[in-house]
Amino acid sequence: MAQHTSVQIEKVITDSLISFGANAEDINRDAELTALDIDSLDLAELSQIIEEQFGVELTGADVAEITTVGDAIDLVAERA
Amino acid sequence: MSRAGCALVTGGSRGIGAAICRGLAADGWPVAVNYRSSAARAQEVVAAIEAAGGRAVPIEADVSDPQAAQPLLESASQALGEQVLVLVNNAGVRADNLALSLTDEDWKLVLDTNLGATYRLTRSALRAMIRARFGRIVNIASVVGPRANAGQANYAASKAAVIAFTKTVAVEVARRGVTANAVAPGLIETEMTEGIPEDLLGRVPARRPGTPEEVASAVVFLASPAAGYVTGSTLYVDGGLSA
Repeated sequence: MAQHTSVQIEKVITDSLISFGANAEDINRDAELTALDIDSLDLAELSQIIEEQFGVELTGADVAEITTVGDAIDLVAERA
Repeated sequence: MSRAGCALVTGGSRGIGAAICRGLAADGWPVAVNYRSSAARAQEVVAAIEAAGGRAVPIEADVSDPQAAQPLLESASQALGEQVLVLVNNAGVRADNLALSLTDEDWKLVLDTNLGATYRLTRSALRAMIRARFGRIVNIASVVGPRANAGQANYAASKAAVIAFTKTVAVEVARRGVTANAVAPGLIETEMTEGIPEDLLGRVPARRPGTPEEVASAVVFLASPAAGYVTGSTLYVDGGLSA
């Protein structure tokens, strides 16, 4: 399996959040997704993007555990 | 006019489904004509579309099979070289009887095909649509469901559920440029409606049955970019029966 760095993962997640309408300057590891106005549809699409880019399948239960941007990056990095 | 993306019509080999395939192709969509058993008729639909200058492919799949949805979408995309951005859930069956005489098999067959397949194909098709920021789900419902029709409790339940499902999907994905609408035909002249008593016609304000092409026209509109602000609606094509 290809190894992906946290930097690559962070970029994909950040770019995705921006494409969903989040402000780039508000995005950091500690930012809560709800504060970025990211909702369940955005998270469903983010899961798709992560699956396509990194081959990591996130279940609904996985996604429910994600609160911050850092949580998302760490979860994908752990499995990629 | 050519379109980005292609259309998949379930149950596209005959009746209303065949008319929808022809209509979408005439409007510029490459069309995957899904069929379960009538390969020859699906091929006739494809030939008619090609003769008119359109693009179409026949694709066999039994949509009541829970495993059929994703492979069917992938086959359509591969055969036409485009993502499926228009999904018309048209495949439907009847197994009529009074509620007190229905068998579990009749109930399951109708719900699995009319509702289950609609759900599974929609769920799978939405993945590409939300990424494309464009998609059209058109679910073929029926006037039976919102209205009662003795002897069709299973069919009515499935079609009423299709309308409820359509509305909920519509609000979930609206901001991605994806619409979901239902078309509810009334009494339409097809093989599936053969045997429906003539006196029913007397209840239709238009005093005539509709044609598959009239239903197809509604679907073509809802699939078009022009219908981008129409979502969660049910368009009745019933000669005034539901008015």
